[in-house]
Amino acid sequence: MRLTRRYRFSASHRLNSDALTPDENARLYGKCNNPFGHGHDYVLDVSVEGPMDASGQIVHRAALDALVQERVLGHVDHRNLNCDLPELQSQVATTENLAFAIERMLARDWTLPARLARVRISETARNTFELETE
Amino acid sequence: MLLTRKAEFSASHVCRNPALDDDKNRALYGANANPHGHGHNYVLEVTIEGDPDPVTGMVFDLRELKEIINAEVVDPMDHRFLNHEVPPFNHIVPTTENITVEIWNRLHRRINLPNARLKNVRLYETADLYVDYGGKA
Repeated sequence: MRLTRRYRFSASHRLNSDALTPDENARLYGKCNNPFGHGHDYVLDVSVEGPMDASGQIVHRAALDALVQERVLGHVDHRNLNCDLPELQSQVATTENLAFAIERMLARDWTLPARLARVRISETARNTFELETE
Repeated sequence: MLLTRKAEFSASHVCRNPALDDDKNRALYGANANPHGHGHNYVLEVTIEGDPDPVTGMVFDLRELKEIINAEVVDPMDHRFLNHEVPPFNHIVPTTENITVEIWNRLHRRINLPNARLKNVRLYETADLYVDYGGKA
């Protein structure tokens, strides 16, 4: 049994790879390579999996909300992902890499009895990235 | 092949365990423990897995599926107070998890063809919270 909870955060980023020249970056990332960055209203779906406890819940909503707030939202909401998020410092701030970063931020010191099962992020309503966790 | 049919129902509920005091209920269920209840527009997605019947070309007759969902879920639960009017929620706390399992149990009895089986029940309590249940914990 799996429970999915939706969260939202707003952040800016810029796609630029240190391994490429400025021209190559401009060609590859297009508008997303704009030197001053740009922003999105991200939608984050966190899924947890496990049996119900005696209260009839897989996870206590307040505990999950507090964990996601502390581990993720507090670090990304109204932030610049390139500058403010240590997890992405050596990586291109694509939503693919952001999904893996959020999975690591959540999995580290995961304190809930239910298992973290999936991280899904929408950068816009048209682009969604999904990661099933081990 | 997967086939999914959507349905909606609106209902009120309260999440309280009568064996626990108010503080413990609030710690477990938050605002869902407010004693007089509250309501949601639940959205149900029923997914069936199977192969199209060679004669009809259908995995499952959608009209029949709609009638089953209405008879088992929408008619008994829509515009009802689940704790007071829809057993077993007179003695089982109607968390989204428990409602999802109850809906699975009701539908599972009715959706059983050689070529098609109930695969998943997804219940949205709000747009920001849903539970998936496929028959196993």
